[in-house]
Amino acid sequence: MKTKYIVSIIVIAIAVVIIMLMAGDASSYVTFKEAKELSTKGFKKSIHVVGQLTRSEEGNIVGIEESPDKLSFKFQMVDENGFIQQVYHSNPIPTDFAKSEQVVIIGSYNNENFIAEKILLKCPSKYQEEADLSAGI
Amino acid sequence: MIHYFEGQLGHIFVILSFVSSALAAFAFLKGRHQDEGWSSFGSKVFYVHAISVIGIVGTLFYLIHNHYFEYHYVYSHTSSLLPVHYQISSFWEGQEGSFLLWMFWNAILGVILIKTNKFWKAPVMLIMSLTQVFLASMILGVVIFNVKIGSSPFLLLREVLDAPIFKTDPNFIPEDGNGLNPLLQNYWMVIHPPTLFLGFATTVIPFAYCLGGLMIGKTKEWIRPALPWAQFSALVLGVGILMGAYWAYETLNFGGYWNWDPVENAIYVPWLILIAAIHVMIAYKKSGSALKLSMILSVATFILVLYATFLTRSGILGNSSVHSFTDLGLSGQLLLYLLAFLVLSIVLIAIRWKDIPSTKKEVSTYSREFWIFMGAAVLCFMGFQVLAGTSIPVYNSIADSLGFNLNMAPSTDTYKAYSLPQLVLSIFLAIFSGTGQFFWWKKMDKKKLKDELAFPFMISLGLSALVIVLGKITDPAYLVLLIASVYSIIANAKILLSIARSNFKLAGGSIAHIGIAMMLVGILFSSGYSKILSTNYTSMVWSSEFPDEVNQDNLLLFINEPRQMSEYSMIYKGIRKLTKEVGMVDENLLTTTVNPLKVIRTTNSVKDTLTLYSAENSYFEIEYHTEKGKQFTLFPRVQINETMNMTVYSPDIHRTIGADMYTHVRTFPKPTSEEDWSDPQEIKVTVGSNFFINDYVATLERLEPISQINGTPLDDNDVAVKAVINVQGEYRDYLSEPIFIIKDREFVGRVDDHVNDLAFMISIQNIIPQENAVIFSTRTTQKDWIILEAVKKPWINLLWIGTFLLVLGFTVAIVRRYSEFIKMRDKGVEA
Repeated sequence: MKTKYIVSIIVIAIAVVIIMLMAGDASSYVTFKEAKELSTKGFKKSIHVVGQLTRSEEGNIVGIEESPDKLSFKFQMVDENGFIQQVYHSNPIPTDFAKSEQVVIIGSYNNENFIAEKILLKCPSKYQEEADLSAGI
Repeated sequence: MIHYFEGQLGHIFVILSFVSSALAAFAFLKGRHQDEGWSSFGSKVFYVHAISVIGIVGTLFYLIHNHYFEYHYVYSHTSSLLPVHYQISSFWEGQEGSFLLWMFWNAILGVILIKTNKFWKAPVMLIMSLTQVFLASMILGVVIFNVKIGSSPFLLLREVLDAPIFKTDPNFIPEDGNGLNPLLQNYWMVIHPPTLFLGFATTVIPFAYCLGGLMIGKTKEWIRPALPWAQFSALVLGVGILMGAYWAYETLNFGGYWNWDPVENAIYVPWLILIAAIHVMIAYKKSGSALKLSMILSVATFILVLYATFLTRSGILGNSSVHSFTDLGLSGQLLLYLLAFLVLSIVLIAIRWKDIPSTKKEVSTYSREFWIFMGAAVLCFMGFQVLAGTSIPVYNSIADSLGFNLNMAPSTDTYKAYSLPQLVLSIFLAIFSGTGQFFWWKKMDKKKLKDELAFPFMISLGLSALVIVLGKITDPAYLVLLIASVYSIIANAKILLSIARSNFKLAGGSIAHIGIAMMLVGILFSSGYSKILSTNYTSMVWSSEFPDEVNQDNLLLFINEPRQMSEYSMIYKGIRKLTKEVGMVDENLLTTTVNPLKVIRTTNSVKDTLTLYSAENSYFEIEYHTEKGKQFTLFPRVQINETMNMTVYSPDIHRTIGADMYTHVRTFPKPTSEEDWSDPQEIKVTVGSNFFINDYVATLERLEPISQINGTPLDDNDVAVKAVINVQGEYRDYLSEPIFIIKDREFVGRVDDHVNDLAFMISIQNIIPQENAVIFSTRTTQKDWIILEAVKKPWINLLWIGTFLLVLGFTVAIVRRYSEFIKMRDKGVEA
């Protein structure tokens, strides 16, 4: 019986370590303001910010600027609180970037600018049911 | 005309399949204690169920095949141009169709179980029928007391869409459907989902044997018939997962075969647990210990499959996965499915807990069980580790429902979150799978262990040292994993040699272990040492506000301008189309016709008609040169689906024994995008002389009167002249022929000519006959370009070879365990 207890304790210990590593590694969803505060406190880990691209009054997307060699770009993103932030991404502009309804950026602040390591896009669903049927007519 | 009958027939089949599975479950429940009357009645009802499932599949396929776009499923997932094999794929684009696929496999497996195993028929089929009740309910599509149960694939478009057109014309039928997602239009996507779903479906069988055994009080006898099925399930599921990995590698553009996507994780976890379950079951058969653990792991495997289903289909993953289906509002039903089987298993195990035999003896470190348990424990930890991270969206939902905001997001660094912990645990896996084999086949003590292990240990140290030096491996975790994997290969090979000589049937385990260890080495090199060749050292930092250390892993290539990348000089040659007759053809030579698949090629004024494989696909021709000359040409692909508004890039891979050269295009100027043209420049050229257009040398060969323009003959009062210009491009000459027209002797018309590859447009501004000269107007634009990423993946072939060995090992093991079961069954020792 004694080994059984030892084994159980070891198993539980490993499980706890796994959970703690997971929790420590998990990121969080924040606003730009919170991200900025974290950054000034010296917190360098990547976080998620959810928002949208900035639009002009006519509804056109504005503020995307591509580098001359097309290998990187910057854009403006507005978060849930309406805060507008310049974001830099060192990859070519993703396909359908301007069509996105929602953007999730993963990265961190570098001084006044946000460096996005990854960009997740939520595009209008391809199964969007309100879609006009004219496409198929 | 709307085809009502077919849809109604399909719906009747759905209802019949639901009712028959419920009735079969009831009959098998009654007949579980060898009551022949009830259980043969149950079998008959299950046959009816199987026929109605096939009826649903057949009806839905009939609707798709005949393009009945008045049906929502057909409209959403197919189009009239879709070839038959992709019509089959459309079954797994939608949730309803993929539930149907799962049901279909379950029905087939159920019939096989009824036919092969008389003693276990009723209790096992009870569980099988119960799963079918839940699956059928997912596609039932009825509303009871305002609660929607299931989502039927036989709904008419107007019943789903609230489009205004149906108010004016309820009988409106769209002429074409939305088509199949371009990502699914791939041969792997025809075969990978059915394989994976067969794996899904088979996990229920060991679960059914286990619960069936508990129900009828045969708490230990279920292992023998369940074991070959568990092995079959692990084999099919493993092959299905690896097919998915291979598809991702070949088709998707994230640059690898595994992405730690929640959907990949959700199916990887039950596979690990299933492998652990198989090991523990084998240990039980040999020594009679660990029965309870066998039960728990068999049950956990199936419950985790249900959990995976819940994760991917309930919409809970939200934005975090590329795989997740659109939410059909079935999350409640899915949760019920999961909880029902979870509660049933817990209750059954709890009731019988006291009756389950267990051994009291201590497990010594020199016993074979000890090593098996250690291996199984590592597998379980690996599963748990991935599960803990993948479930983050679930923690958020649970916290939300309890009224507080947890606000957890998945880790941003998949290497730290998954790859590294899995790597560390794999080290133990390799060590245990190597050492465990010695304990399994021989009686061990301290001295013998030393004798047996000394040789493989020395060999693997020597071999690893060689690889480490040659491969320049410095990362300590990689180093240890490499040594452990090589040790596992050598140790298992030693065992294989000694047992294969006496009885090859017993060699399954060691072959599979060698396969796994080779896969580990393949993954270690191809992922850990994949090298991005296109890393951009030369580019200037464009924006001073941003740090210099931001990596740029991509390379910009202008057409026909070579650029150096690592040891290669690369040239982008232009966009090609793939034809059935002559293979790749320059897009600039082609003109379209009414039929989207037929194109006309014009070479030196000769026209011929060619057939495209797909109008959506274009290929970028990229040549790789070294100092020794041209090495190879790759054709990465872009697929543009206008109806779905999707642009999908796929890589192309140059394979050699030692490494894969993987290249994919990140972006290119869209054919529809507006080009920015320079202001026109005028230049006077006499016939026969040279001039420059966009820095290319051009020669005005001659002026030629013409009598028709694009096939339309000129009127008698009109005059037209074309200038024949030869332009020397980097790699070949181009012919440009702008046209100048005088209509009714007074109106001037101009047809300009556009040479795409050289990025210029030329038109005749005026002709000066006295000087035998022409005034041209030229405009230039940016040359065509692509941005690509090129990655070298060393020793990836070890991963695929390891996969084949794993399959072979499992097959040998299944044959052995199944013939054991057949032998005992025919002797009548079932119980």
